[in-house]
Amino acid sequence: MKPAATASTGIVAAFDEMSGAAGEECRAQYELIRRWLETTPAEALQLKRREAELLFRRIGITFAVYTEGGDPERLIPFDIIPRVLDAGEWELLSSGLEQRVRALNAFARDVYHGRQILRAGLMPPELVLHNEGFRPEMQDFSPAQQVYTHVAGIDLVRLGPREFCVLEDNCRTPSGVSYMLENREAMMRLFPDLFAGHRIRSVEHYPEELLDILKSVAPPHCPGEPAVALLTPGSYNSAYYEHSFLADDMGVELVEGADLFVDDNVVYMRTTEGPKRVDVIYRRIDDDYLDPLTFRPDSTLGTAGLFNAYRAGNVTLANAVGAGIADDKSIYPYVPAMIRFYLGEAPLLGNVQTWRCGDSEDLGYVLDHLAELVVKEARGSGGYGMLIGPQASREQIESFAEKLRAHPHEYIAQPTLALSTCPVFVETGLAPRHVDLRPFVLVGKDIRIVPGGLTRVALRPGSLVVNSSQGGGTKDTWVLEADRAEPHRR
Amino acid sequence: MLSRTADSLYWLARYMERAENLARIVMAGYRMASTARSLENPGNEWHSTLLAAGCEPGFLAKHGEATAALVIDYLVRDADNPSSIFSCLETARRNARAVRTALTVDMWDALNETWYQARTGNRFAVRPESLPSLLEWVKERSLLFNGAYANTMLRNDAYYFTRLGTFIERADNTARILDVKYHVLLPRHEGVGGALDYYHWQAILRSVSALRSYHWVYQDRLKPWLVAELLMLRPEMPRSLLSCYEEIVGHLDLLAEAYGGKRGECHRIAGELHARLRFGRIQDIFQSGLHEFLTEFIDRSLLLGSEITALYLV
Repeated sequence: MKPAATASTGIVAAFDEMSGAAGEECRAQYELIRRWLETTPAEALQLKRREAELLFRRIGITFAVYTEGGDPERLIPFDIIPRVLDAGEWELLSSGLEQRVRALNAFARDVYHGRQILRAGLMPPELVLHNEGFRPEMQDFSPAQQVYTHVAGIDLVRLGPREFCVLEDNCRTPSGVSYMLENREAMMRLFPDLFAGHRIRSVEHYPEELLDILKSVAPPHCPGEPAVALLTPGSYNSAYYEHSFLADDMGVELVEGADLFVDDNVVYMRTTEGPKRVDVIYRRIDDDYLDPLTFRPDSTLGTAGLFNAYRAGNVTLANAVGAGIADDKSIYPYVPAMIRFYLGEAPLLGNVQTWRCGDSEDLGYVLDHLAELVVKEARGSGGYGMLIGPQASREQIESFAEKLRAHPHEYIAQPTLALSTCPVFVETGLAPRHVDLRPFVLVGKDIRIVPGGLTRVALRPGSLVVNSSQGGGTKDTWVLEADRAEPHRR
Repeated sequence: MLSRTADSLYWLARYMERAENLARIVMAGYRMASTARSLENPGNEWHSTLLAAGCEPGFLAKHGEATAALVIDYLVRDADNPSSIFSCLETARRNARAVRTALTVDMWDALNETWYQARTGNRFAVRPESLPSLLEWVKERSLLFNGAYANTMLRNDAYYFTRLGTFIERADNTARILDVKYHVLLPRHEGVGGALDYYHWQAILRSVSALRSYHWVYQDRLKPWLVAELLMLRPEMPRSLLSCYEEIVGHLDLLAEAYGGKRGECHRIAGELHARLRFGRIQDIFQSGLHEFLTEFIDRSLLLGSEITALYLV
């Protein structure tokens, strides 16, 4: 099979990660992939593709799609051609990610303590204090190790050979890491030979790293070896598979709200042997639902009294309550300023230019340029309710403009980016499709990033939306070892 | 382990066992109805099948008259019937999904694949000619699940709860089949039973796959008190009440051991029922009333279930 040479998708001319800039044949890190594709007949690949699907169905990795009828447990399409990042690219990404996540944590801490950043006049106070992600209940409370976001999923897009930008920060309960792990597992089962030819850095130890990180943020009153549990909203949640997968691989209990109770500000699990104390909760439930006594009283997913136990220092919640203040889309434009303010460093990873529609000047610009821009809900996620100007009809643009004028605060706008493309194996052969990357950053006593991440692919030709709820797929993401031969010579 | 996890394991085992039992009961009913057609109104047969499956009230509320097609549909594929085979497979898989971390890969595979196959294609579009192969398939899937958990689970509390679920369900099922048919097992004034009685005894044995076992154990023609003895008191018969209670008592003891010797009312009830079966004699049971014995047994089993729940599962 011969890959398409150029990544012309009809919409935007994008950087193709395999074939590179115009004139280049194949970028070095893809050389073995190119040879593999050239020597493998299309039918063999087709066969492997079906095998992969069977594999995923058997393991039961599914993703529930909201607002759509049909199969409640749908498989996310998996593409068998890996995405390859070389050591230099990863070096740039990982230092940029670490820097960014340090700043996001420093910001959350500042917001709930002295608010230096507001005093310095770097951000409008109402943007923070009236933000839906802001939790006044957290004022003056210091979580263990001062960490707010223990698990961050940072969405990156690539615009050129050395150009990576952050599109979105996810500081609350980012999901997708199980796909990173299962994609690797599937690839190793399907193409063991391919792995023999490359030196690919491992991602399999992610659950161990996560457990380490969670234990390192045990609460001050933890009596001994910390007992960790993963709190899930239950098996109807779209990410339930991931919750069970991670709990299993960490060897910790997967609990629902009703499995926990609080007595004298201490959290216990109900077990067949009676109550058992819990010290660290990796929670995959939103703040709102954690504790009906403090947050939404109608929540049946959480545990009454959990928040008081947290504030009393008897349990750690990861991520912290109120961590969402750092990932709000209206806060996002200020992250580069945070990096300079808290760390005194120049940002290693850029932001995407963003117009806040709540700002009247920005709104004017956005309304004038709707046909070129991408407009998103400031609080939305999953790719729902967004407008992609260049791909929208005149009517769609007009009706969106109405919404925008009516509720400008709820939207942000960004330029339509030429997301990089990677070759994807589709019905008709190889074709370039736009991708993004979500690496996972773990923060406890120290910061750890497993080399890799979740690559999401917009499977529809020309589409720029990679969300699985919008027909996106995933692929395995390889980070290659540094070339041992050259740098260190004694 | 989490009480909820134990609860789900217990119930998923019960539902898989129930699906298998239903498959056997429907198969026996199907056979009985076709053999007995010339002898008696076959509708009665389907009515007692409903009773044996414990699905009579729900069925009557929905359908009224018990015709073959309606009963089969209700017991096999009706999603409105929480105890239909289809619903059992769904519920078992839902429980499995809620406690995935407590399952072995092989258990999960067995449950997940069963559920997937049940939902795809028209496997459950019941036509008379495809009914036997569907019921065979259900039995196979249940046997696969039982084998998967017996061969792959760690021998710890998770296994004990799964095992309890299987045998409590199985004991209940055997007792109900016997109770629905107890009248054909009672001695008659006019002496030897007719051909129809013989078919009934056969059907009882078939619905717990014990016809061949009977011949191996007794080397005798079918006699109603021996049929009852085999299914109630014989330790070598794997679906007899005694066999089930050997397992139940054994696994409750293992749980008590695992949890520092803590015991509860469930241990006492199980031990008492076990002793009655272990030392009971079939002629005494017939003398004091087979129906009374079975009714009380079913009630005590129910109580046992709720005591297990109270001690471990909430």
